[in-house]
Amino acid sequence: MNRWTSRWRTLLGLLFTAVMLFPGYWMVNVSLTRDHDMRRQPPMLFPVDPTFDGYRAVLKQQLPYLGTSLLIGLGTVALTIVLAAPAGYALAKLRPRGGGLLSFVLLAAQMIPGIIMAMGFYAIYLNLGLLNAWPGLILADSTIAVPFAVLVFAAFMSGIPEDLLQAAYTDGAGTLRTFWSIVLPISRNAIVTVSLFAFLWAWSDFVFASTLDSGGRLRPITLGIYQYIGNNNQQWNAIMATAVVASIPAAVMLVVAQRYVTAGVTTGAIKD
Amino acid sequence: MVVYLAAFYAYPLYRNVDLSVRHYTVRSFVQGDAPFSGLDNYREVFDDPTFGPALGHTALFTVASLVFQFAAGLALAVFFNRHFRLSATLRALFLVPWLLPLIVSASTWSWMLNSDSGIVNAALSMFGVGPVNWLTSPDWSLVSVIIANVWIGIPFNLVVLYSGLQAIPGELYEAAALDGATGWQQFWRMTFPLLRPVSAITLLLGLVYTLKVFDIIWIMTRGGPVDSSTTFATWSYRLGFGNLVPQFGRGAAVGNLLILLAMALSLLYIRTQRKQRRP
Repeated sequence: MNRWTSRWRTLLGLLFTAVMLFPGYWMVNVSLTRDHDMRRQPPMLFPVDPTFDGYRAVLKQQLPYLGTSLLIGLGTVALTIVLAAPAGYALAKLRPRGGGLLSFVLLAAQMIPGIIMAMGFYAIYLNLGLLNAWPGLILADSTIAVPFAVLVFAAFMSGIPEDLLQAAYTDGAGTLRTFWSIVLPISRNAIVTVSLFAFLWAWSDFVFASTLDSGGRLRPITLGIYQYIGNNNQQWNAIMATAVVASIPAAVMLVVAQRYVTAGVTTGAIKD
Repeated sequence: MVVYLAAFYAYPLYRNVDLSVRHYTVRSFVQGDAPFSGLDNYREVFDDPTFGPALGHTALFTVASLVFQFAAGLALAVFFNRHFRLSATLRALFLVPWLLPLIVSASTWSWMLNSDSGIVNAALSMFGVGPVNWLTSPDWSLVSVIIANVWIGIPFNLVVLYSGLQAIPGELYEAAALDGATGWQQFWRMTFPLLRPVSAITLLLGLVYTLKVFDIIWIMTRGGPVDSSTTFATWSYRLGFGNLVPQFGRGAAVGNLLILLAMALSLLYIRTQRKQRRP
């Protein structure tokens, strides 16, 4: 490939990326647009006269929602890892009977539409009194991530050399001890990948939030945006400002942990 | 050791059983207190005038999303497969639509597609194309949600197909180029067949994800206007939670039909794949 085609490719790539990212740019642009410019024809392509009213509204009204989302996200991560890491290890190394079937069930579990799960949870929580409470949402959100997490852990841990585990056993470490002091530290990358996705999914969840937490005081940010859309159709800068703030975790993931993201996408898909 | 196996092998299994129990309780919750009604819910759902359109929209939404996502994802994967300056950075930026919370993407798209003040109509009017009522016209609402969904789905297709392309050894292309194969021939005769297993997985996962899509449609159009973008997923939600009088039984029935549909389609797909693989 000569230098010119390479340059053309870069140029074309920039163009494609610009088109693809345009909605993201537009979100930021609208979040900075003043109310009376919002309906202008044609719309302003750049925030010439930026206003921070939208962000001020976010700070005033949405801060508790952001806190709830953070709490739910972290809780989901913790629960997911506690459940999935041992399960993945068992699947990968201890070769339980029916392991193949279990992997298949985990794959199939990812096919279940969230809305079905939401109805199931709603029925249970109604009896347990867990509706409109954050522990309920953490439990529900973890079901999005656990099957994926188990498969990622299993895929990663099956790559740990058998000799290493044998050496630990010979030294007198039990299964539990081996898992805790050898397997878990080695699996750091898998833990990071799983945590990132579990957090992002819990943070982004709308189905569970809207069904299981519609009346509570502690609402996650997704519901905050949704109510904005429902209530004041006019304040699009505030809506988009909330959207920008709600996108921060995604942006952080992209900048800080991009290789874990790609690893997660491909292990979820390629590993059979 | 046995205790350990029981604890850590039975635990995920327990979770799955637990999940299935939860599915069961949807029905037992609604039907347990109420008198047992057998398949009445399903019969009502089948007789509902929404059933036909919802089935059609689900099919159209899924097929159109899959085709465009896959085509765009594959084209971009081939494009990015050659290294050029900034290629890695740009490829990473392509992940953005997939990482954003769905409600963020959906609300951004609904403002962009707004009839009066949206940027899309403003751009169209420069070409003399009259304003399109993207979200408020029954003719366009389904197209609008498909556009947004394709946008969200492209990154996933790109990343997976790209990793599939990377696995194809470069010497093959060198050999083909020596034999005088054009780029187009290389793509159809080599890349496409060699990529088939990865493509199959991508499409299968895409199918499963797309059938489930709820957030985007609900936030952008609520399945409307007049059910013109209602799919099984939004219909199920509306039956269960969207009305003042929840019809959990029928909502769950619609949802279970959706699961059956997803399973039937994936089994069919896997079988045809297996048949093709055999010589």
